[in-house]
Amino acid sequence: MEKLFDRLKEDIRFVHGLNSCINCGTCSAICPAASFWEYDPREIVDQLQVEDDDILEELLGGEKIWYCGQCMSCKTRCPRDNTPGMLIQALRNLSIETGLYMNSSRGRQQYVLKKMIGDTILATGYCVHADGLDTTMFPEQGPIWDWIRKNSKEVYNRFGNSYNSPGTGALRKIPDEAIRELHEIFRITGTLQRFNRLENDAARQAKKTDTEFDSSILNDYFLKTYTNTSEDVED
Amino acid sequence: MSKTERGQFIWKDFQKEIADDHYYYVRSCIRQNFFPGAEDVFIKMVTKDLNKDLVLDPAHTTCTGIGYHTDLVKMETTMTVIARQFAMMNQAGYKNLLVSCVTSFGLYNEILEIWEEYPEIKEKVGEYLHKATGRTFKVPENLVHASDLIYKYKDEISARAKYRLINRETGEPLRVVDHIGCHYSKMFPEKGIGGAERPRVLSGLVNTLGGKTIDYPERRLCCGFGFRQYLLKSSRGYSLSCTYKKFKSMEPYKPDFIITNCPGCNYFLDRWQYVISDLRGETYGHNGDGIPTLTYEEVAALCLGYDPWDIGLQMHQTAVEPLLYKMGIEFNPADKYKGYSGKNLEKPKIPELLKAY
Repeated sequence: MEKLFDRLKEDIRFVHGLNSCINCGTCSAICPAASFWEYDPREIVDQLQVEDDDILEELLGGEKIWYCGQCMSCKTRCPRDNTPGMLIQALRNLSIETGLYMNSSRGRQQYVLKKMIGDTILATGYCVHADGLDTTMFPEQGPIWDWIRKNSKEVYNRFGNSYNSPGTGALRKIPDEAIRELHEIFRITGTLQRFNRLENDAARQAKKTDTEFDSSILNDYFLKTYTNTSEDVED
Repeated sequence: MSKTERGQFIWKDFQKEIADDHYYYVRSCIRQNFFPGAEDVFIKMVTKDLNKDLVLDPAHTTCTGIGYHTDLVKMETTMTVIARQFAMMNQAGYKNLLVSCVTSFGLYNEILEIWEEYPEIKEKVGEYLHKATGRTFKVPENLVHASDLIYKYKDEISARAKYRLINRETGEPLRVVDHIGCHYSKMFPEKGIGGAERPRVLSGLVNTLGGKTIDYPERRLCCGFGFRQYLLKSSRGYSLSCTYKKFKSMEPYKPDFIITNCPGCNYFLDRWQYVISDLRGETYGHNGDGIPTLTYEEVAALCLGYDPWDIGLQMHQTAVEPLLYKMGIEFNPADKYKGYSGKNLEKPKIPELLKAY
């Protein structure tokens, strides 16, 4: 059987991200996530250096790897050119590929991100689109966002006059042919299959926890997963 | 070696090549949604004020950056989407890629570095692209962020400026917080003007336009986006706390405004001021005002005399008027909420504490 660690080594971000860690802790000192949560990138890099499958499996199924905010401040300051933020990317990727992400409440939130970001990319060609964002889900956008949404055509058309229509201005409608090419890239390179997996795994988890689930974005399972992690509520 | 000489020595290592003309512009998802006037006026400044050639291609797409950094989109997919952007640029007959978004800029640099080191990966991506779209691609000869371009032409902008970053009443330089997006140069310091520790891309512009940047303890701290951390309600406090830490650190220096080069950072430093005012009853400007938070395009455009509402400053939650008054900019407050058709739209609701105009 292939060692789990060998699979991690297949990820170029692991190869690129780990040279030789001297355990100095500079990454943890600069890390915004480490100042907010019980999170220590130094510890994770240290654990990875020993190349132990049991330790790796625990990381892949745990909460820790999901705390990083991907600012990559660690890369700038590491005196040995390591990038803990890149190692985290490789770990999260393997966690999803192995299915171990479902063992952690933060890992299971990938489904929510797929609904919010993944589906938007495939539908519109943008990572986010104003038409799908409101102050119910993102109240910090403030009353100005309610005003923008209410008057979206009048507001966005001031900047290129092609809101949701052909043209080159702000929030233009990206041509169908470009969207078709995007879908084909997602299919050939495996992300479409990943999206399906996230949906299927979420459906199973919803059934297991007796939570309402359907294909709409704001189903009960989505809202519960979006709002809470196991640290916030009792399962 | 004196401190200054040491600084100059380091500075030489962080110059970068910025093409003179002919750019293929790739737009930012976040900027188009939240500060679309910034991109719109950037295009006008480059093509009309600086008389450069810039092409807009409706068929380019997101680079998938937010999807990539939220671990949804696989690396092979992101690489192939980016290869498609390059193919579109090739098809349009351009060699210089001009990037609006800082997340995209970091990602383009990351991928180009990987391809250079591992050509077999680039070859594989070429195969994916061809299979999916029938396209082939060549990498750009020059890759720059849009703030690099404004930096390059800062003297030309300054020479044409109608307004300067000077307090009209006191004659003193405005005090400015410059906030550089992490992915601009923290990952690849040699790709950013001034590198990661002494980035000059915004401070150089501010100084040229007459302002003075503030050095405060948390100057280089992330805005707190954190990708999944902000997007998920359960971890959004991480994002807010990072921004709060920055505001508490800059507060004693009494900044007149904040300038950013990353669309996301501008959003967070603008919007979290509203939340902090609501949750903690704190505002950081004078008498209930916030600290106006503007992008580099907006700042350059204001100095060139563009109308604040034509460049979208009404779309900020933290009011920009305190800055307009300090700079002595002539504008019509009644035009703030006019739509594309010219009609006056119903005004937005006013936040409880953060001052609105």
